[in-house]
Amino acid sequence: MLKWIRKNLFATVLDSLVTLTIVALLAWLVPKILGWALFDANFVGVTREDCKSGGACWVFIGQRWRQFIYGFYPEDQLWRVNLSFAVLIAWSGLALVRSFRWRKYVVLSLVTVFPLLAFALLLGGAPTAKWGGLMLTLIIALVGIAFSLPAGILLALGRRSNPPIIKGLCVAFIELWRGVPLISVLFMASVMLPLTLPEGVNFDKLLRALVGVSLFSSAYMAEVVRGGLQAIPKGQFEAAHALALSYWQAQRLIILPQALRHVIPGIVNSFISLVKDTTLVLIIGMFDLLGIVQATLTDPAWLGYATEGYLFAGAIFWILCFTMSRASARLEHRLAHSGRTA
Amino acid sequence: MSIISLERVTKSFGEFKALNAVSLTVAKGERIVLCGPSGSGKSTLIRCLNRLETHEEGTISIDGIVFGPSADDRKKIDAVRRDVGMVFQQFNLFPHLTVLENLCLAPMHVKKVARGEAEKLAMGYLERVRIPDQAAKFPGQLSGGQQQRVAIARSLCMSPRILLFDEPTSALDPEMVKEVLDVMVELAGTGVTMLVVTHEMAFARTVADRVLFMDKGEIVEEGAPAAFFEAPKTVRAKQFLDQIL
Repeated sequence: MLKWIRKNLFATVLDSLVTLTIVALLAWLVPKILGWALFDANFVGVTREDCKSGGACWVFIGQRWRQFIYGFYPEDQLWRVNLSFAVLIAWSGLALVRSFRWRKYVVLSLVTVFPLLAFALLLGGAPTAKWGGLMLTLIIALVGIAFSLPAGILLALGRRSNPPIIKGLCVAFIELWRGVPLISVLFMASVMLPLTLPEGVNFDKLLRALVGVSLFSSAYMAEVVRGGLQAIPKGQFEAAHALALSYWQAQRLIILPQALRHVIPGIVNSFISLVKDTTLVLIIGMFDLLGIVQATLTDPAWLGYATEGYLFAGAIFWILCFTMSRASARLEHRLAHSGRTA
Repeated sequence: MSIISLERVTKSFGEFKALNAVSLTVAKGERIVLCGPSGSGKSTLIRCLNRLETHEEGTISIDGIVFGPSADDRKKIDAVRRDVGMVFQQFNLFPHLTVLENLCLAPMHVKKVARGEAEKLAMGYLERVRIPDQAAKFPGQLSGGQQQRVAIARSLCMSPRILLFDEPTSALDPEMVKEVLDVMVELAGTGVTMLVVTHEMAFARTVADRVLFMDKGEIVEEGAPAAFFEAPKTVRAKQFLDQIL
């Protein structure tokens, strides 16, 4: 232990200096942060009057968490949201059981039947304008993920295919959406699109945002998947063709399983960006988790507690993204140790 | 009766003429060895047979299915590929599947054979290439010689009437060449039509009914192996044999 410290922290004069500086900095910073966030913090109470100690006012979060999670969804209808997410978790859990016989259909229904059911269930409680908070963040992110992966795969295959029309359309689509900031996509979806629609026809704003986010992330996903496709040697296609497998059979059974495996980190990277990009819907007047925290900060009853609010939102985002990152690492690890070399 | 016939088949890659009006007839059950310098068109010729390449002029007829120039009729291509197996220089096994899965894939998805039946068939062929004990392994865990034998077994699983070999031993370490050639010699005894691109002259002598010597996209000389190796008629063949023997 002492040896390790000597070797790694105090090997030279410069090393020692750096080590001591960092230790001093931590000694000064950590107690301050802990004091503010924990020891001097206020946890119980109902109003700002209960936050007197000078530390963090977690009372604010405690009083408003429901709004942070559900937005403006009516309180007596919250079971709809809870039920939807409970079913989602159970359904995905079933989809992960690898020995399950009907797994294929579970996965398929998860991305087709389930979203429609959940949408109907949620819409029954309140119009989409009232949806918000973490619930809205998750809805946009999950729809974006569920749509962008298959769409990205098709676009990537299209971009590498021979028919010039298909190839050209895919390239045009990818380059168009990749070249535009997500903010302008959302603006277009919420402001420009309604102008081009005939009078009286009204697309739901959430739906427009979902379409915008999905198409945008598909373009990114397409390029990630294409990277994986390019790593597959030509001989794999030739062997598949020589065995009389069709184009789609070859892609589904031979090429994609290998290509996607190569780009798991890139795919998860895109998913994580997508989760964080959902915060941009604020600019078209929708209140995702961050947006609703920000809106609450202007409430006169809770003025001055921005730090607590942003920390809370940041922590939730971090938990979401870190979970995805760990899940991807586990998946890579499992594949790496199954003896499969590609 | 001929199972394969080529009539003035031409194929170019850009300016390079890989096949120049090649005509050839192969009888059912015949075993043919193609040799010649690199770039002479041997690989292109056999790759035209299972439509990995599309020829530009002339006609190719395989087991009654006729391809005109640049024909890409999906149905015909699929029909030919079910009938023609191919073994590649680089094995081209599917690295994400086990040996057994590699073998069962095409029978199950192309011929719609049930899994149990496909596995039984596959194990039979693995025994024939003498590696039934490797069925559960992944290709990356096998030696080159074993991988190539798996590749041979994989093509046999489709019960092809014609087998194409594209330099099957060229990527192997010398000590593994024999185990692959032994399997091929055994196959030659089963009556399947074989076209083998190889420089293994000993193999050609024991197995081939006919040796074709190609150069610059043309079949320059052909004959029984004994006659060809002992007394090549053309200067080009003589030069080539001097270089490799």
